This record gives sequence, C-alpha cells and structure tokens, in this order.
Amino acid sequence: MSASTTALQRWWHAVWPASTLIAAIVLAWEVYARFSGVKPTTLPSPSRVVEQLISNAPALADNALPTIIATASGFALSVTSAFVFSILVDFVRPLRRALFPVFIISQTLPLVAIAPLVVLWFGFGLLPKILLIALVTFFPMMVSLVQGYDSTDKDMEWLLRSMGAGRRKVFLLARLPSAIPYFFTGLRISITYAVVGAIFAEYSGAAKGLGIYMLSAKNNFRPDLVLAAVFCSAFITLVLFGMTVVLERVSTPWVRREGEAQ
Amino acid sequence: MSAETKRLALRGVGKQFGDLNVLGDVSIDVAPGEFVSILGPSGAGKSTIFQILTGGTKADTGVIAFDGSELADASDKFALMPQKDALMPWRRIVDNATLGLEVQGLSRKTAREKVAPLFEEFGLAGFEQHYPHQLSGGMRQRVALLRTVIQQRQMLLLDEPFGALDALTRTAMQQWLERMWGQHNWTALLITHDVREAVFLSDRIYVLSARPARVTHEIRVPLARPRRVADLASPEATRIEAELLEALLGT
Ligand SMILES: Nc1ncnc2c1ncn2[C@@H]1O[C@H](COP(=O)(O)OP(=O)(O)O)[C@@H](O)[C@H]1O
Ligand SMILES: [Mg+2]
Repeated sequence: MSASTTALQRWWHAVWPASTLIAAIVLAWEVYARFSGVKPTTLPSPSRVVEQLISNAPALADNALPTIIATASGFALSVTSAFVFSILVDFVRPLRRALFPVFIISQTLPLVAIAPLVVLWFGFGLLPKILLIALVTFFPMMVSLVQGYDSTDKDMEWLLRSMGAGRRKVFLLARLPSAIPYFFTGLRISITYAVVGAIFAEYSGAAKGLGIYMLSAKNNFRPDLVLAAVFCSAFITLVLFGMTVVLERVSTPWVRREGEAQ
Repeated sequence: MSAETKRLALRGVGKQFGDLNVLGDVSIDVAPGEFVSILGPSGAGKSTIFQILTGGTKADTGVIAFDGSELADASDKFALMPQKDALMPWRRIVDNATLGLEVQGLSRKTAREKVAPLFEEFGLAGFEQHYPHQLSGGMRQRVALLRTVIQQRQMLLLDEPFGALDALTRTAMQQWLERMWGQHNWTALLITHDVREAVFLSDRIYVLSARPARVTHEIRVPLARPRRVADLASPEATRIEAELLEALLGT
C-alpha cells in the first residue's frame, strides 16, 4: 500500500500550512475569549460556537436546506443561461457589443440595495433568491465562457476550415472544448458568490434559511448562533467548491496535473 | 510540361493585409507526385500562400489553377498541416488522427477503422488511446502528419512541420518522411526555412524574397531517391545548399 501512503503524504503536504494557520487562529481566539474578560454576547469562544452548533443542529439543518436549494437552483439557472448567451454572442458578434455593456452595468448594482427590492417585488419565496444568485453569478460565468471560446488556437480553426468545417463544426470541435478549463475556473469563482448571494437574499427577507437565521440570532443578541450559521454556510461553500474541483477532474482527463505520473 | 498537366499552378498571386504588402508576385508550379518546397525568410508570407489555397483568405491578384482548372473558393483539394501541430489536447491520439474524416461526416467508428492500420507505419502503435501531452514532439508531428494524409486529398500542404523540433529529432523526422515519400504516391508543397530540409526532401525548391514576397530562384534537386542523410554530404547536395544560402542571404 505504498502508493496510497504517498498519496496521503502528498495530501498532507498540500494541506498542512493552511490547517496549521487556521488552528493557530482558532486557538488565539479561544484564549482571548476566555481570558480577556470579553462578554460571550460580544465575542463567544470557538468552543461555545461549536457547542451551540451541536445543540442547535436540527434547527440549523432545517435552515440550511432552503439555502442549499436556493443556491443550487439559482446557480443552475445562471450557468444554463450564461451558456446559452455565450453561444449567442459567439455566433452573433453585434449582439456581444449590445449585451456586454448591459451585463457590466448589472454588475455595478450594489447587492445591499438591490436585494430588499427584489424581495419586495417577488416575495419571500424561492424566486427572488434565484434571481439574485443569477444576478451575481451570471456575468462571471458568461465572461469565462466567452474568453474560453476566444482562447481557441487560430491554427486549429484554420485546420478545421481547411478540412471543410463550417462555423457550427468549428464551434463544436474547437471553440467549445477550448473553453472547458475557463468554464471550470468561472464555476469555481461563482459558486462562492452564489452562496453569499443566497444568504444575502435571505437576509433581506425569507421564511427560512441561513440568512434569516443569522438575522434573528443577531437581533436576539446571540453572536454564538450567528457564528454557528456562518460556519454552516462556509461548510456548504467548501463542499460545493470541492464538487466543482472533482467535476473538473473527471471531465478533463487530458489535463496534466501536478504530481501525476506521465 | 504544359500548364494543363500541373497539379497546382499559381500565377502572379499577390496579397495585401491593409497597408502590409505581403505577397508581391508569386508564381509556383507543382506537378503530380512532385515534392516542392518554398524556402524563405520568416514573415515573408509563406503561410499566407497556404491561407489563400485553403480558402482562409483571398488573393488580391493572380490566378490559381488546380489540375488545369481554376481553384474553387472553399477547396477540398488540400490536406493542411499547420505550423504548430494544432493537436487537440482533449482528443485522444486516434481521435486527433481521424479529425478530418469526422469533419467529412464519417462516423467515429468508421474513421477509427480507417486510420487503425496506419499507426504501425507512423510509429504510433500502442499510443492510440494516449492524449497529446503524453507524447514527445516528434511523435506529435507524426500524429499531425497522419491526420493530414488520412484525409486522402490530392495534395499535402506542410507548413514548417518540423520547425519546433530539436535538431536530432528533426533529422530523424526528415528521414522518416523521405522513407514515407517513397512508399506513397503523394504530392506535396512544403514550407520551410531550413535549407538542408529543403534539399533533403524536395524535387524542386522555390526561394522567396522578404516582403513583398516574390520568387527569386527556382532550384532543382536531382539527387536520386531514396535519399539518406549521408547524401547531404555529396558534392551535388553541398553545391545546392550553398546556392540556396547565397540566394537567401543575397536578397
Ligand atoms: N490575417 C492576417 N491579417 C493581417 N496580417 C496578416 C494576416 N496573416 C498574416 N499577416 C501578416 O503577414 C505577414 C506574413 O505572414 P506569414 O504568411 O505568416 O509569414 P511566414 O509564414 O512567411 O512567416 C506577417 O507580417 C503577418 O503578420
Ligand atoms: Mg509561417
């Protein structure tokens, strides 16, 4: 089992600096919270947060589920529409010049101001959350895809045209596959935005969700519960992030990766 | 030989990109079964000639005839090998080799069956399922060449196929191509800036001037085939090499 041992060693080699740093920060926080005389209602210690996390686990899970559902559906909508629009603007160049300024403006809208309005217009249900998540993740996804298409090797396109390929075939055989690494980069960046977007939307009004849970915990002077919910959202983000990494690995077997044998 | 029996005939071809006068006046002939090279300084417009032939861009002036009749716009006469190997990193070697067949509409299965017997000859047996990044530079070039010849077009257009290889691998590839040349009935136009490569492989060599490109010399290489690397040391080959270098440096 020497192969798995080295894989484990490699993994440890990759994670130990960050893990050590995080452990040090948590330890310093714990020491400060316990011995500085600061009130737990101002700064709870990490151990207290974990305690609350465990004792409130059912409520947290109950609130995490709507957040996960909103994130997943909003993100799915965003990725799908970014994909459709990216193909449109790749085939119809004037459309790119018409749409990009509009999308860029959409990115300048402050979420703090927009989120309550969207909730006001579309209610406390799933729809405003999906829309807000799409708003924050659509553009990065779309830009990644368009950049990916444009990264296509010119000789490759020339070669395909010399073989008799039309625009559709050039797109399917060269431009689309060239965009795959860019697509995954976009995916990794926007999945973190998506969770933040979902929580923001819930914070502005929701029946259930980690966002609204944080808000009511704050209003009840329970920073320990706020932090427990923050921990949950961070955990969700990390899991989703990990899923995109795994998805990228299995769907791009041709990419040579560090530490991999030839 | 009359113009009618030429496989390819370029007459007074000129091309400008905006203010950049790339091709001045280029006239080139290739007979069926002939190996012709175009030798010229880099940036002279050599690749532009291939662009024009494959319909990537249009010539401003001149006429191009193929087998005696004017070349149609989107030509299906040529199989192109671009300067870089242009292998698709996401396709396995076998699927890179069959790319042209797939574009022609063959099913993946049929295309694979058609290309399979050639892997041995191209020194690629056992690498069918590899990805391009797992292959050496010389092997990648052989895949690119296999992808080119499998299209069974009437003429091969090879744009500096060995330009990116180290000297030793390049010589090995030239030897290999010369051997392949003897076994197949190909017609080829090769772009290169390597004088020895041109001498070793060609029946005839055109020397181009710097931009705007025109043909300054046309030199025959009467060395017998099959050729070996040692033949490059013969007085005949040395004389041609010197003549070519003088032509290139003198202009
Ligand atoms: N599509 C194009 N548009 C504008 N300029 C081009 C284009 N293609 C080639 N050129 C220019 O034409 C010149 C000759 O290019 P090329 O034919 O590739 O040279 P060579 O292959 O001899 O090195 C270069 O200066 C290049 O920048
Ligand atoms: Mg060139």
